[in-house]
Amino acid sequence: MTANTNVPGSGDLSPLVRSDFLYRRRRMMDRAMTLAMVGAAIAAVIPLFLILFYLVKEGVPGLSLEFFTADPNRPGREGGGVHNAIVGSGIMVGLALLMGVPVAIGAGIFLSEYGQNRAGSVVRFIIEVMAGIPSITIGLFVYGLVVLRQGHFSGFAGALALAIILVPIIARITEEMLLLVPRSLREASYALGAPRWKTVLRVVLPTAMPGIVTGVMLGLSRIAGEAAPLLFTALGNQFYTTDISTPMDSLPRRIYYYATGPYDYWHEQAWAMSLVLVAIILVISLVVRTLFGSRVTVRQ
Amino acid sequence: MSEVRTKVPEVANGRGEAPRLAPDVAPGGANGREHERRVTIEVENLQAYYGSKHAVADVSMQIYANSVTALIGPSGCGKSTLIRCFNRMHEFVQGARVDGKVLLDGSDIYAAGVDPARVRQRVGMVFQKPNPFPTMSIAENVAAGLRFLGVRNKSEIGDRVERALKDASLWEDVKNDLKKPGIALSGGQQQRLCIARAIAVEPDVVLMDEPCSALDPIATLKIEDLMRVLAERYTIVVVTHNMQQAARVSDFTAYMLAAEDRVGRLIEYRRTEDLFTRPRDKRTEDYISGRFG
Repeated sequence: MTANTNVPGSGDLSPLVRSDFLYRRRRMMDRAMTLAMVGAAIAAVIPLFLILFYLVKEGVPGLSLEFFTADPNRPGREGGGVHNAIVGSGIMVGLALLMGVPVAIGAGIFLSEYGQNRAGSVVRFIIEVMAGIPSITIGLFVYGLVVLRQGHFSGFAGALALAIILVPIIARITEEMLLLVPRSLREASYALGAPRWKTVLRVVLPTAMPGIVTGVMLGLSRIAGEAAPLLFTALGNQFYTTDISTPMDSLPRRIYYYATGPYDYWHEQAWAMSLVLVAIILVISLVVRTLFGSRVTVRQ
Repeated sequence: MSEVRTKVPEVANGRGEAPRLAPDVAPGGANGREHERRVTIEVENLQAYYGSKHAVADVSMQIYANSVTALIGPSGCGKSTLIRCFNRMHEFVQGARVDGKVLLDGSDIYAAGVDPARVRQRVGMVFQKPNPFPTMSIAENVAAGLRFLGVRNKSEIGDRVERALKDASLWEDVKNDLKKPGIALSGGQQQRLCIARAIAVEPDVVLMDEPCSALDPIATLKIEDLMRVLAERYTIVVVTHNMQQAARVSDFTAYMLAAEDRVGRLIEYRRTEDLFTRPRDKRTEDYISGRFG
């Protein structure tokens, strides 16, 4: 209830009038701030929608059955598809997840459950530095470590580079998510006579799982779009291969190759590949979310 | 299980030195039967620390089987710390340590080589805030302790879950919703679920650290009734802020207080009725008559 009857100037300068004025000022400030926040939120999502709109507009014309099922033609000959790049990306990203996720989640568990000491600080620092290394540098590192020694480029080297990029991302998120698990749940588990490792595996980890899965998805989207670390590792391939010991094609690398190439149909296919890449990540995210998202992390 | 009978307890003294044991269970006490009570936990000269901070000093007391023992006292008097020393949860805090002895049926739980996890299997705990495992269903929550122990037989787990839920008087509320998540229950039901979880492993002792402080009065009364029933089979130690609660549910009450040095000490430990009607220590009297705290 506001004191609308106490109009200023009526001679009754009671505290009610004053607070009414204050109240109006607060309400105005509240509206201004709400407006600013909504504006900021809209500004944040506008680029996203523009990108999606553009991708669909430019990418859809390039889509065809051939695009998905055929391998690239020789340069200059129209038609052909990017079947080899889709499969190559799938294999390398999958292999990178297989190699990287267990290591990353293990590191995250170590940091949150056993890392509140000097050793933990050292590992945490290294992981932070790793997260800051440009992906092309990681590509060069793997080039020196694997490609030079083996004497040839390979899908495995590409997957390894992607896995190295993946580890710090997922390890940090895992640590944060595990630390969010309330202490009371750990205590409940210990009080039931569970040893530490059972507490971590059966109580803490499952409670943090939705957050960790989100972290894995974030890592997956990041590496699925990486071209730079694959340049010196997987190299790229005109032909279809599932052999990880041979050079392998990938969507981001082929997007880069086609987008900077001279032919219009290449540009069209580059747009289509971008659309496919985004769509694949979107679909995987949605599927994973429906599988794991039902459990909500409880913050007590 | 070794049978430890009470020795003739020393009588609680006034200020100064730590009182020992429960004076009124001495022969010739209010109830001649009392001295036959079996001792489940015997505390000898217990000191608890958080890093360099001395939190609880010189506690010696006996906790009797199949009874409810209440720990009361103002905030910061060390009652929660003390109860957490009874199942080695105290050391869970970094830098925390304990001196002295806590004998569970005659064997020291702080002796070298004792596995704290084993101790906690025999001394269960219910916490201030209900804390069911959020990823587990009602049945899984109750079965959690059994699974930690390595029980795999499904029908055995099912039976024991049902029994624990019945003992915690929660069975009628949830028998058709066993697969629902434990956190979907109301606060009072969640706390009874936590009690069911604690007693499913059939411990000797159930420690309750302010189990009702997050609950409404009706849920509180249900938990209190439950404590009385559980005391027939278990030894219950309850920390409470609420003197009326201690008076309602407990057989024995220990009053703790931290003096200016902020170190918690046991001031008086007697039969509940005696402590509330005829306190021997002036400080106890001040507290129970509401003069402070």
